Amino acid sequence: MNIKSLLIGAAASALLAGALSAGELTVVSWGGAYTKSQVEAYQKPWMAKTGNTILSEDYNGGLSEVKSQVEAGNVTWDIVDVELSDAVRGCDEGLLEPIDPAILPPAPDGTPALKDFIPGAISDCAVANIVWSTIYAYDTTKFATGPTTMADFFDLKKFPGKRGMRKGPKANLEMALAADGVAAKDIYPLLMTPEGVDRAFAKLDTIKDSVVWWEAGAQPPQLLADGEVAMTTAYNGRIFNAVAAENQPFKIVWDGQIFDFDLWVIPKGAPNKDLAMDFLAFSTATKQLAAQASYISYGPARLSSSALVGNYITKPSLAMGPEMPTAPANFKTALQNDSAFWADNQDQLNERFNAWLAQ
Amino acid sequence: MSDISVPLVAADGTPLRKKLAQAMFKSRMRAFGLVLPLLAFIIVAFIIPIISLLWQGVHDPRFASLMPRTTEVLKPGDGKSEPTEKMFKALVADLVATKKDRTIGQVATRVNRELAGARSLFTSSARKAKKLEAPFKQSLIGVNKKWARLDVWQGMKTSSRVFTPGYLAKALDFKLLADGSIVREDKSRRIYVMLLLRTMKISLIVTLSTLVLGYPIAYLLSTLSVRTSNLLLILVLLPFWTSLLVRTTAWIAMLQAQGVMNDLFVLFGLTSDGERFSLIYNQTGTLIAMTHILLPFMILPLYSVMKTIPPSYVRAAKSMGATNATAFRRVYFPQSIPGIGAGAILVFILAIGYYITPALVGGQDGQMISNLIDFHMRKSLNWNFAAALGLVLLVIVMFLFWIYDRVIGIDNMKLG
Repeated sequence: MNIKSLLIGAAASALLAGALSAGELTVVSWGGAYTKSQVEAYQKPWMAKTGNTILSEDYNGGLSEVKSQVEAGNVTWDIVDVELSDAVRGCDEGLLEPIDPAILPPAPDGTPALKDFIPGAISDCAVANIVWSTIYAYDTTKFATGPTTMADFFDLKKFPGKRGMRKGPKANLEMALAADGVAAKDIYPLLMTPEGVDRAFAKLDTIKDSVVWWEAGAQPPQLLADGEVAMTTAYNGRIFNAVAAENQPFKIVWDGQIFDFDLWVIPKGAPNKDLAMDFLAFSTATKQLAAQASYISYGPARLSSSALVGNYITKPSLAMGPEMPTAPANFKTALQNDSAFWADNQDQLNERFNAWLAQ
Repeated sequence: MSDISVPLVAADGTPLRKKLAQAMFKSRMRAFGLVLPLLAFIIVAFIIPIISLLWQGVHDPRFASLMPRTTEVLKPGDGKSEPTEKMFKALVADLVATKKDRTIGQVATRVNRELAGARSLFTSSARKAKKLEAPFKQSLIGVNKKWARLDVWQGMKTSSRVFTPGYLAKALDFKLLADGSIVREDKSRRIYVMLLLRTMKISLIVTLSTLVLGYPIAYLLSTLSVRTSNLLLILVLLPFWTSLLVRTTAWIAMLQAQGVMNDLFVLFGLTSDGERFSLIYNQTGTLIAMTHILLPFMILPLYSVMKTIPPSYVRAAKSMGATNATAFRRVYFPQSIPGIGAGAILVFILAIGYYITPALVGGQDGQMISNLIDFHMRKSLNWNFAAALGLVLLVIVMFLFWIYDRVIGIDNMKLG
């Protein structure tokens, strides 16, 4: 084959790829069991309904990719699953498309979407799909009587063994204060004072040498399974998946859980913005949110979905209701992640945390 | 005499000197034309992006361009006196404008880097700015009493600098104040100098370990028959062709608490099951994995230099009565120095910017400066500061390169 025919071939295939990409939506989420639940509950029904195709990509959270795509004027992602603090921040910085809540379908009984979603689930540029929470879980084979409170996580004498924690101040500082005896409602007001931050770091100091730091959500169940740690903070759905689907001997401690939303956002200048809006409205409808809860133990962001939550798809004897972060028994000492606090203080606290970690 | 005053001419009457220059020029242009595509590629894909990114480390026009009125009135101030009504008026006008353009978030992000809490102060006040009336000082403080605080105005003053030494200062654990002076950072926030030193230390240890491990292997490779040495060379290159991530995760499987190495230690009674060694998620893990991954970069230049050392020199030394040790020390070793230089500088410079391996196996005390650059690129989105850290690292590497040139000499380096 000579160079000319090679070039013609390359040009032709580029054209062909361009033609095929019409109607192809790039959906970006966190990977693992979580993305799988979204593929089953949102993506497949949407593809069947509209005839469009979806390219599913994984990422590790954060806004850096969205920022670089928007700033370079070369946006390839259409819709991204983000944490609340990133949704707020991205919207403030003009990285995200505003979303008109009027596109969201009402609940089956006619309740408008704005009333059907949990308060705070809809913001200017984002619509929540799930409620997830940061909890800690332990390996039941390591302890005769397991830990039950947040204070137990920090108690190396009573419960010896390494701890896994997310590498960052978020959730760790709150948990440290909860373990130090601060009531859920007083945690953020206390963290706004320098003394509160010092107190949280002092509590973290007590276990620092026994901590293995993780970054991706898939790591903590792996650390537990490898016996690398005896207990670890984790996202509740990941631990549920390890227990229900892989029969791991792990148990979740719900005391002091910190819950948060995951939300869909659309990067500014997304190539298939209209399709993305359509997918967003479709996937956050009552039925789809309830369906997702059959695949992973994250709570739906709509009130009308809760009644429809069924049993675990691969083990039909397991009811999903009690596994949700929002189940009454799990929710007693729950704390909602304060995205406004973190938007204001994450620069400073990240710095302090990094310095603390490196010392 | 006449052949000096009358210049030599070619057949067509032009001076020979000029003719020669023309011919040379043509051939030089042809050579330049051949390297032009590569040069253009390097400039477009390498030099320009690097310069434009590093430029961000000292250049941050965001605040000044989005808040032009405030920047203007802040200019004469020393950052110590009370803000005046004129300043408040300019600020309110800017807040209204940035709210309208949806750029207030960028302003808030910028000031928040100087002062925690500024983000919500700016975004919430901007929402109400449109309705405010004179006197603005009173009405804005009425919206949020933080506006009366001096440190808010100092934060804005620092943010309004277009060319700022602030990021570079921070990369060296210093802090830029509103009046332009630079002071040491609080003790609980000092981290970057320590990390830079640690990065140097880890890189140096890795370089030395690859040298100690690689030198005998390279010697063996260069002295064996071609058949055997080719086979061994493939064994050296095999890991080289395997993905970096695969090799790093393989080390995790080897070194973790329930991993292969610890299982062996327990089996041979070197430790008990309850007290397994921590070989990974700390500096030890970083050192082991990096040494393994960078080993080929030491072996290959050493091998290619040793290959050129004639064995007859050592034989000659021995025939004149030198012992094995003396022959090695005075004859063989000096000739292998160009290889050591090349390998060491290659490994050291690769190690100094290493980031995936420390990120995966480094835990808390095995992190290097590149991990913090990555953090500020991807997580905190403070690209200006990431650029400043990169600039500091680049300057250090160039300085070390300069020292290397002075002490050993770049000409003395040989890659083969």
